[in-house]
Amino acid sequence: MTDLRGAISIAGIGNTQRWDAPGRSAFDQLQEASILALEDCGLSLADVDGLYCAMSVSGFPVLNVAERLGIAPQLRHADGTMVGGASFLFHLRSAMSALATGQCDVALVCYGSNQRSAGGRLAAMPDPQPFEAPYKARYPISGYALAAARHMHDYGTTRAQLAEVAVAARQWAKLNPAAFERGDITADEILASRMVSDPLTKADCCLVTDGGGALVLTRTDRARDLRQPLVPVLGTGVAVSHRQIAAMPSLSETAAKRSGAAAMAEAGVSVADIDHVMLYDAFTICTLLFLEDLGFCAKGDGGPFAASGAIAPGGDLPVNTNGGGLSCNHPGMYGLFTLIEAAVQLRGQAGARQVPGAEIALAHGNGGVLSSQATAILGTAATL
Amino acid sequence: MTNSDPRFGGPGPEARWTEMLADGIFAIQRCGACGAAQFPPVATCKACGAASPDMIPADGRGTVYSTTTVRAREGDHDVSIVELSEGPRLMTCVTGIAPGDVRIGMAVTARIERAADGPRVVFDAPEAT
Ligand SMILES: [Zn+2]
Repeated sequence: MTDLRGAISIAGIGNTQRWDAPGRSAFDQLQEASILALEDCGLSLADVDGLYCAMSVSGFPVLNVAERLGIAPQLRHADGTMVGGASFLFHLRSAMSALATGQCDVALVCYGSNQRSAGGRLAAMPDPQPFEAPYKARYPISGYALAAARHMHDYGTTRAQLAEVAVAARQWAKLNPAAFERGDITADEILASRMVSDPLTKADCCLVTDGGGALVLTRTDRARDLRQPLVPVLGTGVAVSHRQIAAMPSLSETAAKRSGAAAMAEAGVSVADIDHVMLYDAFTICTLLFLEDLGFCAKGDGGPFAASGAIAPGGDLPVNTNGGGLSCNHPGMYGLFTLIEAAVQLRGQAGARQVPGAEIALAHGNGGVLSSQATAILGTAATL
Repeated sequence: MTNSDPRFGGPGPEARWTEMLADGIFAIQRCGACGAAQFPPVATCKACGAASPDMIPADGRGTVYSTTTVRAREGDHDVSIVELSEGPRLMTCVTGIAPGDVRIGMAVTARIERAADGPRVVFDAPEAT
């Protein structure tokens, strides 16, 4: 078997940072991010022969994007796997195999959304669920609310602890000039926010923004000669759990346990080695679940861990340093932005929010209603 | 036509389930090969892969596994996940008490509710006395 540890690197990153951009389509955002990512590393569209994308506005993302970017004839590998917000970490793993085996040489992983300016609601793919629909749950928040309620029941987690997750995200966002929400917020204000689906309030929910992001991946030997500091992918892991929330084996434990263990085994690292953490925080409960299931604290201790200040600026574990989906941006399928922020930190380009000496980062994506989980371990040249 | 595998013959599981519901029966599936119970109904057994698990009436007893109150303009309503005595869980609505009073661990009983947009399975909470 091919050892993929460090074989593939993130060579370029692109982020439109256009979180509220009326008049732009999801494809406009995606194309801009793709060009930014290619320019970031000194490559061009002519070099791209692998395409990886998922969009909530299109059932044919690869076809639409290839046509619009004008790269259709040159593609040798493509993957439009759609597992919600974790899709891009699934794409990363797929692209790595294709790059390592020579099925393509330059892979573009890309995403765009205009969900905020198009109406301000989380756009859901047409995917009818006849055994859920009669009960009028609010999708996706009620799924996460059911998980939060069960976590509270099993472990004594409190709403005040959930609020601390949102406070920490905002504290990080204040250090990121590109974050969408940077105003002061207190735990009391979060607790007083409008209840949407108990126990989750509006303040427990991610933002609804527009946005576009992209990554360029190459084999590491090629990335060394490109413009940016090397960000090798040390390990990845993916896990599929369920489609309908009622089919989740345990509502207080996610398949991040599997994806995280697989990624860390492939990378040859343990949680103690990880300097920087990006967790897909669609809702405050997600951060707690993933901290536990990835092994950063004991199962059930996510609430006290977050409330201790550990994940906020100045804490022991820098988590969601861009401000996360809660305060930086959330265009609907945020997973790609966990990889982008991890790469920014490992390159040492994070400005006021830079984690000093960050050598190993963990990026974690989630999709659906805790349905798909994917973890990536990224490093610097020194970790190879 | 006659070459199709007879194990998968007849109406599909969702169509059969919907028909039984219209006839007043809340059904789940039990696999004839391995005995596993499952819900919602699908074409194969999730435990062993056997074709066309049997459709059987659920015994109707369940326990609230998790619950949320959905706040809506037209009023709050309960959305719960109930674990059936046979094992499978389903999304449903607990009725007979205020949404905010539904508790994890509560014993509940299935009932078919005839709503304007068709019948659905809901669960009655124990008498709130
Ligand atoms: Zn079976």
